[in-house]
Amino acid sequence: MTTRIDRVFAAAKADNRALLAAYIMGGDPDLATGQAIMNALPQAGADIIELGLPFSDPMADGVAIQMGGQRALKAGQTLRGVLGMVEEFRRKDETTPIVLMGYYNPIYIFGVDKFLATARDAGVDGLIIVDLPAEEDAELCIPALKSGLNFIRLTTPTTDDARLPTVLENTSGFVYYVSMNGTTGAVIKSRAAVGESVQRIKAHTELPVVVGFGIKTADDAAEMGRHADGIAVGTVIVDAVAKSLVDGKATDRTVGAVRDLVADLAAGLKRARA
Amino acid sequence: MDGTNSLRNGPDENGRFGHYGGRFVAETLMPLILDLEKEYRAARIDPAYQAELKDLAIHYTGRPSPLYYAERLTQHLGGAKVWFKREELNHTGSHKINNCLGQILLAKRMGKTRIIAETGAGQHGVATATVCAKFDLPCTIFMGATDVERQMPNVLRMKMLGAEVRPVTAGAGTLKDAMNEALRDWVTNVDSTYYLIGTAAGPHPYPEMVRDFQSVIGTELKEQFREREGKLPDAVVACVGGGSNAIGTFHAFLDDPEVAIYGAEAGGHGIDIENGHAASMTGGRPGVLHGNRTYLLQDADGQILEGHSISAGLDYPGVGPEHSYLHDTKRVTYVPITDDEALEAFQLCTKMEGIIPALESAHGLAQVIKLAPTMSSDQSVVLCLSGRGDKDVESVGKYLGLLK
Repeated sequence: MTTRIDRVFAAAKADNRALLAAYIMGGDPDLATGQAIMNALPQAGADIIELGLPFSDPMADGVAIQMGGQRALKAGQTLRGVLGMVEEFRRKDETTPIVLMGYYNPIYIFGVDKFLATARDAGVDGLIIVDLPAEEDAELCIPALKSGLNFIRLTTPTTDDARLPTVLENTSGFVYYVSMNGTTGAVIKSRAAVGESVQRIKAHTELPVVVGFGIKTADDAAEMGRHADGIAVGTVIVDAVAKSLVDGKATDRTVGAVRDLVADLAAGLKRARA
Repeated sequence: MDGTNSLRNGPDENGRFGHYGGRFVAETLMPLILDLEKEYRAARIDPAYQAELKDLAIHYTGRPSPLYYAERLTQHLGGAKVWFKREELNHTGSHKINNCLGQILLAKRMGKTRIIAETGAGQHGVATATVCAKFDLPCTIFMGATDVERQMPNVLRMKMLGAEVRPVTAGAGTLKDAMNEALRDWVTNVDSTYYLIGTAAGPHPYPEMVRDFQSVIGTELKEQFREREGKLPDAVVACVGGGSNAIGTFHAFLDDPEVAIYGAEAGGHGIDIENGHAASMTGGRPGVLHGNRTYLLQDADGQILEGHSISAGLDYPGVGPEHSYLHDTKRVTYVPITDDEALEAFQLCTKMEGIIPALESAHGLAQVIKLAPTMSSDQSVVLCLSGRGDKDVESVGKYLGLLK
């Protein structure tokens, strides 16, 4: 059975390009604008949507995504609300994969079984849950795989060859390589090292590898797109939302700012292997 | 040896105390905590490591800390004999040094060159800055901006000891936010940095390790009390924020069912007031934060609440996972103590015993004040007087209207 995720990677491979996974915080800066941003992403050039689940204590995130989460929570966003965004999106788009990205506690409180059923029915394709390492697979990973959702694991520069098999064991959909030790939005110190790491991971798995954390410009995208099957961009997108606000409120530039940025990044990727 | 039904066997190999604990951290940190666990297991059975720790406990900390009979307070309360385990007499003024010495020796063993820590009241920050000065390691202390303001004496001490104090403005600017920021720093500086967690919480092996370092409190207490009274105490009491002094006090008594055990949580303005307290067990429910599953203050969507306590050291929406387990198994009785009750206990102790307790420890004392009169005069209750209150005199002075 091919999934939406499998299909977009196959399509990108056929085009000889890396795909673009665009991260937005679900419901940032407000619920209606957040939905409009999400709906605009595929046409702007996003192949996969990573939809952030806002959490009060995002320990792996830098300031930009922390603030995005706070704006969404202040606007009244909840886990159920984010799943509602997916339902709404799926009314018009049946093909773009949606991966929820966030922290475990809201899911745990929602109830794992109820969450998985609701997410699957809403049209979610995969999950990236930052604070669930392989050692805690029984919590959500195994149940998610059983319910037909992909569980996408983060691998990091600290994940050495001895540990990679443990991390990859129950990973599905794709592997997300975190380009550096740090929080989202920090600076990649060595692009060459990222390329080597991607090759190292590929020696252990057939799954596509997506590189994320620290990709900020079309040039970054072009550079990383040479090494990886895809790139993930988040902080600059959430920052673009922030910069478009006036007094903390969305403006008529908000959706367009994200659309233009994503289009620019997508163009960078097309250059990567040109 | 503890038996198969012992309450002292936790955690299991996955870092679980029953349902609680675990290793809920980002992958970047996972290899680090696995490595830390391995090093800790090796250190624990290394006679050289143990000998150095013991020597420091005696000559640097001043252990054993005295067991003190609080005679006037006993007469005043008119019930059980009241005793204090005087952890506030330790070097740096609280129990926190017990854990910091254990961990700094571990950090040295592991070849780490930089130390980070979170702090609430500043007691752990001061103890960390102290051991970093002694062992010549640079250190950065993350402290909520609100706490920086209300615990200024400790901020100054940390700075004088050579630490960098980084105020954290996120959230309510208290202990939870400081811990988030420390974790962000750790994830960024994995190669050089040792995260010296101050409470018996966080990802495995921290809850176990911190408990082990603090267990000296209860072990000494048991022995000292036996020498004085020839038996076990009838009750032991400690305050619980993250719960390191409490688990250190309780652990030696978990398999002695004749000893009643009480943990005093921060009841703030009262546990019926949402976000008005920091009593995670009596006023929260289980969730996952900061690397472990434990009781947490949270809303219906699983967002963590800030909580409130007059005491910066108890102002944390979670608690160590072993306490959650002891709460569920009912071995320990956890009770909320309000800000006002703690303030009263603070004053009573100061006036009747000439001991100014930390506001944290005053929560424990408030429970003793409730408990002792219900017990008979041939019974005894021991409080872990976990810290001294010098750091609190300014904020208590404000509450009492002594400062304008």
